[in-house]
Amino acid sequence: MVDRLLGRHPAEEPAVPEDAKAQMWNRVQLARNVRRPRTLDLLAEMADEIVEIHGDRAFGDDAAMACGFARIDGRRVVFVGQQKGADTDENVRRNFGMPHPEGYRKAIRAMELAERFGLPVVTFVDVPGAHPGPESEERGIAEAIARSIGTMTRLRTPIISIITGEGGSGGAIAIAVGDVVIALENAVYAVISPEGCAAILWRTSDEAATAALAMRMSAHDQLELGVVDRVVAEPGEGAHADHAETARRLRAVIVAELDRLAPIPSDELLAARYRRYRAFGAYTEVTTPPVTPPPPRGLVDRVRDLLDPTRWLTGPSTSGSSSHDDPPAREEA
Amino acid sequence: MPIKLPSFRPRKDAYPADLWTKCPSCSEMLFNKQLDKADRVCPTCGHHFRLSAEARIALLVDERSFIEADAGLQSVDALGFVDQKPYPDRIAAAQLATGMRDAAIRGTASIDGHRVSMCVMDFAFMGGSMGAVVGEKVTRAAEQALLERIPLIIVSASGGARMQEGTFALMQLAKTVGALERLRVAGVPFISVMSDPTTGGVFASYAVLGDVNIAEPNALIGFAGARVSAGTIAQELPPGFQRSEFLFEHGFVDRVVTRRALRGEIAQLLRYLVPSPNHPAPIEGRSLFDPIGFLTSLADKVVPDMGLSDETAPRPGEGLSAAVPPARAADREATRG
Repeated sequence: MVDRLLGRHPAEEPAVPEDAKAQMWNRVQLARNVRRPRTLDLLAEMADEIVEIHGDRAFGDDAAMACGFARIDGRRVVFVGQQKGADTDENVRRNFGMPHPEGYRKAIRAMELAERFGLPVVTFVDVPGAHPGPESEERGIAEAIARSIGTMTRLRTPIISIITGEGGSGGAIAIAVGDVVIALENAVYAVISPEGCAAILWRTSDEAATAALAMRMSAHDQLELGVVDRVVAEPGEGAHADHAETARRLRAVIVAELDRLAPIPSDELLAARYRRYRAFGAYTEVTTPPVTPPPPRGLVDRVRDLLDPTRWLTGPSTSGSSSHDDPPAREEA
Repeated sequence: MPIKLPSFRPRKDAYPADLWTKCPSCSEMLFNKQLDKADRVCPTCGHHFRLSAEARIALLVDERSFIEADAGLQSVDALGFVDQKPYPDRIAAAQLATGMRDAAIRGTASIDGHRVSMCVMDFAFMGGSMGAVVGEKVTRAAEQALLERIPLIIVSASGGARMQEGTFALMQLAKTVGALERLRVAGVPFISVMSDPTTGGVFASYAVLGDVNIAEPNALIGFAGARVSAGTIAQELPPGFQRSEFLFEHGFVDRVVTRRALRGEIAQLLRYLVPSPNHPAPIEGRSLFDPIGFLTSLADKVVPDMGLSDETAPRPGEGLSAAVPPARAADREATRG
């Protein structure tokens, strides 16, 4: 039905599960390719000029997050995007593209500048996840992410978000609350890394490919689910093969979206943005009476068990109750 | 499992788990009924055990003042997610174990006579994870608070976003925070209460954004799981890392409050956090009830100029897949397309 709504063909769906798994994992690898173009690489190709800004005005500057002004095909924009490194040295400096709280606070600053000076915002999402270390927690990574999301939901200027590589969970959505969300063909977007998901649900990170498939994290899957609005095809083997061509294709889409969003009054824009995110999530409303859990086993049941003659006949395998091993409501992890 | 012969000698390791609970902090064996009577706080050392949403509501609100809303909301398996078992089976098992439909209860109540909109989470239901239903209930609680201009109180207990709902779970961060931003603009207060645990996407969205943030003592509160932190950065974590007191020390929690004092503290705050009368009424008269949110988002693309007024009316073909129970495979197909 989703396919039909979007005018897509079911035949495009991979048919064989094993193939699908390998194909999905291949995409995850492409999304993580070290030679994949990053925020500043793409901007260098597509923008007439770039002026980067630095610092969150509270703690420091985060090299994992790039923010600033750029002119794309004559249109002035504010850009925000995670920045991974091209080699090990740069990756150490840029913390493998995992921003600390100051990175997200710099992003908030940039977006508020955009609002104040009437510039649209273009965000480039490419992040394994926000930095998970103690210093990140001490400085309030959760607060920075939540504030960044909040800023985007009320920002009175158009926002275009592009998932260019890894769309990793909270660290991604923090700068991805766009009026329109675009993804590169081999980008992925998920609520948790496939390794993390596999470690929790399959109890081994070896099942990461299975988890990636189950979460439907590819750009095309996300397009079907409606989380992504447009997918931009990558040249050749992938974006890493041709930075210039990838940037050229993205630029055409960005320019078209900028021109489409520019005339919309900000009240309408905000209302539409609210509706867009308000509508995500599949649920139903049922009226049947709620399920009742079995009553907790009290002392009386226990005594009855002891007196139950079958207990002594059937032996240990069926005696007692499973609640000895598995008291779910009482368990304290 | 070996046969346990009846014994009258009290041996601590033989206490049945459904009658007794061992306090993880002081190792005292506690009789469950007494523990429940003490609001699940260890009488010996003050350790705060997890509390069900039902018990939490009873603890916080004026007697018989809670009126539940949206009790029938239930998640739909939009992704066709199967890990070691299918997601609908997991939901069914959690429903059977807890008697809840999902991990949150919302409604209105009065606290010391102040009418409030409330949403309370329950960790026992799939780790309190936030999927479409939790996100929807939090959002509706915020929207009702905005509409009636009454304070919003959210009690969190969650491991984070629900993986089985994929990016839809992630989108709940934007959905809930968007609703809270409207409260902020309109001058309607929001008190966030964090209990053990409040982590991941729940902490990084509405839980951390309270006008006043309250945490129960020693609750685990953090963005990344401690194992993720330790694994990713390969360094020793400081003692007390991601506990309420750690958050307090670093300025992200206003007050660490024991369960016994919680109701009084909230009532006290409500006397200061009065919805401001100077602000304009909510801008949009949008319907609170949007029964088929997910499909609406898809329909938005097909029918670009969908007016606000007909949003609640199901279009032909939409109603089918959203209205039937999600547990049957055929329906999952329909939702997946």
